[in-house]
Amino acid sequence: MIAYALTFSFAAVSIALMLNLYRLAKGPTVMDRVIAVDTMVINVIALIILYGIYQGTTVYFEAALLFAMFGFVSTVAYCRFILRGDVIE
Amino acid sequence: MNPFVEFIVSAFVVIGGVFLLVGSFGMIKLPDLMSRLHAPTKATTLGIGSALIASVVFFAVAGEFSIHEVLIAFFLFLTAPITAHFVAKAYMLRHRDRVEGQLPDTRRRCGWSTYDPAPGRESSEAADPVDGRG
Repeated sequence: MIAYALTFSFAAVSIALMLNLYRLAKGPTVMDRVIAVDTMVINVIALIILYGIYQGTTVYFEAALLFAMFGFVSTVAYCRFILRGDVIE
Repeated sequence: MNPFVEFIVSAFVVIGGVFLLVGSFGMIKLPDLMSRLHAPTKATTLGIGSALIASVVFFAVAGEFSIHEVLIAFFLFLTAPITAHFVAKAYMLRHRDRVEGQLPDTRRRCGWSTYDPAPGRESSEAADPVDGRG
């Protein structure tokens, strides 16, 4: 039963990643692309966690945690750069 | 594994997948960036929270409970609003012409604080009488 649910979620998250990729390629403004990459990072974290359940191992959670931190820091750094022209004042 | 636990995990996994898909679909469907911000920050955060609950339940029942999922959930729930706030501020600054007429008046010379000059770049900002009221 979990295997069917995981297959469904893998498909859903993969479609979500394709939709984000579309927004990343099309995005009329720069901030559209930034938010698309941020959502992509969250979807990748979800994919890693679902793959961890699928494999029955907890070793992938460090990777997910690193992705979460890296995605947040990169988004905020880019927004700071646009806001002030400088990441750290 | 206990069928009841299996059902709970499956339900959370499916709910998480659906919400992640809805959040990303909202990014395609909604008309401009200020509306588009709602989809990733609300639906997607809910979806990943649901997937993390499924993971916590699955590994707790399997006997290898780990604190990492809780950490990831805490971190993501903490950072999603901050990301949205920064993206909205940067959008307001870059596309001032699009949002100018829709914002309420703040009775300050510069308007919203996003449009303030960077600290140390303009000394006359401190002399703004309306700003001094706090």
